[in-house]
Amino acid sequence: MADQPQEQDAAEVPEQRIPTVIADELHIVYRVNGAKTGKGSATAALSRILRRGEQRGVRTVHAVKGVSFVAYRGEAIGLIGSNGSGKSTLLRAIAGLLPAEKGRVYTDGQPSLLGVNAALMNDLTGERNVILGGLAMGMSREQIKARYQEIVDFSGINEKGDFITLPMRTYSSGMAARLRFSIAAAKDHDVLMIDEALATGDRRFQQRSEERIRELREEAGTVFLVSHNNTSIRDTCDRVLWLERGELRMDGPTEEVLKEYEKFTGK
Amino acid sequence: MSETTPDGGVALGAAQPSDEGLTAAELAARHGLAVSGARPRLGAYVRGLWGRRHFVLAFSQAKLTAQYSQARLGQLWQVATPLLNAAVYYFIFGVILRASRGMTTDTYIPFLVIGVFVFTFTQSSVMAGVRAISGNLGLVRALHFPRAALPVSFALQQLQQLLFSMIVVFAVVIGFGSYPGPSWLLVVPVLALQFLFNTGLALIMARLGARTPDLAQLMPFVLRTWMYASGVMFSINGILAGRPEWFIRLMQVNPAAVYMDLVRFALVDGYGASHLPPHVWAVALFWAVAFFGGGFVFFWKAEERYGRG
Repeated sequence: MADQPQEQDAAEVPEQRIPTVIADELHIVYRVNGAKTGKGSATAALSRILRRGEQRGVRTVHAVKGVSFVAYRGEAIGLIGSNGSGKSTLLRAIAGLLPAEKGRVYTDGQPSLLGVNAALMNDLTGERNVILGGLAMGMSREQIKARYQEIVDFSGINEKGDFITLPMRTYSSGMAARLRFSIAAAKDHDVLMIDEALATGDRRFQQRSEERIRELREEAGTVFLVSHNNTSIRDTCDRVLWLERGELRMDGPTEEVLKEYEKFTGK
Repeated sequence: MSETTPDGGVALGAAQPSDEGLTAAELAARHGLAVSGARPRLGAYVRGLWGRRHFVLAFSQAKLTAQYSQARLGQLWQVATPLLNAAVYYFIFGVILRASRGMTTDTYIPFLVIGVFVFTFTQSSVMAGVRAISGNLGLVRALHFPRAALPVSFALQQLQQLLFSMIVVFAVVIGFGSYPGPSWLLVVPVLALQFLFNTGLALIMARLGARTPDLAQLMPFVLRTWMYASGVMFSINGILAGRPEWFIRLMQVNPAAVYMDLVRFALVDGYGASHLPPHVWAVALFWAVAFFGGGFVFFWKAEERYGRG
């Protein structure tokens, strides 16, 4: 009997409610070397090294404090919160890139962050960066070859001449950002996480990338989107997690949470 | 996830009250979810690394290309840098200090050049290894791949650099009167073994360097000590003549000395087997296998912890 309303609930979701990401009392702690306050002299540093244990010149930052939630297939979840509230950290922990201090994250398949910036090299040509970035994301050489033209066309790098054969350090910051997004968006993902990727490039490119994200969303099982732009959260997400100081402050349908959030930020 | 679809109808009702009913672990188990960021078993890890072989190769080549791309002479520096190094050492040790003792110039110069290049191969692999994780935290925190791909890739970059240097070595050796013969082929297995040894060492240093980035400051001193003790500029049994036998042997089985002496033995006519310690091939094989195997397992043991900090 009690199941009745819940089944109706589930029917609204296009697919059955299969969990894809489960966060269980997740705590993330950063350890920062050499940021201990106090004397910065060499002798002070030496005495810190000699003193074993937690003390040794290491400061800890408790970035995520006991966050729990279950994400289901077909959901697009927005993450909001002020700067430094732990949104990006939470995404990295879900992707398994940051080890958890306490608690666990369970995932279906391999969640991936949308972004390959770190794998690209400014001294290489755009062409080689497309290949390198694709390989870094785990695409095969054949897949990259098949998608290569698509990536270059999407980035629009070659609209103003043959820039793809020039080193990336010669690109304007907007061009480089467009190429990075195009490479990152070339792969299909099970669980996709996007960290403020919408805010790159000029107006035309922004529209194109929003469209591409919608496509990716349809192909992906679950999407997480971190953004400070409430409009793009409204456009893309049907559920929102609100983080504040590393704690989950609210979790619910987009409109409800955003209303509270806008009240909180005084908008 | 495919196993869960048939009972999806059941899971539908059951998964709903999950927050109250099931614990997170039970819910995860029911739907076949795995812990994110857990360390895979060694076999799966090796397979994962093999699956990323194209990335490893492309990354090492990209690093190599990027290294000199700002310089006017470009890739020419790949060869010019080690050559200038050898010239400096020749000036100090060959001309001023006369460390050649008992070797003719025709033997000493190739001896020195080979020593410098082969030792640099190990030295730069170690230095690259120390920074493999700690210098690429952005990459480690953004993308998923077996982390061993980084140190292996850096070791591979050094191997490619060495292959450039070997062109100079061959030219120098021929220039001083040792001509190509069948023994030159021995260079291939020697460098292959040294590459394995270097990769193992890079993996070990990568794990240590990820935990203690300070090693990058310390290692140059350790490496310089190692270089002077390995007989790069002088022949160990030439300069230690008269010391106890066991002491000379001990100096000679040091892996850097073993690989250097084997390359010299293979290429230089005037450098005979008398300069090599007994069982030298077994020693070379032992160092390679022990360090590569040990280093790989040592690195893998901390796989899930890289990127913290």
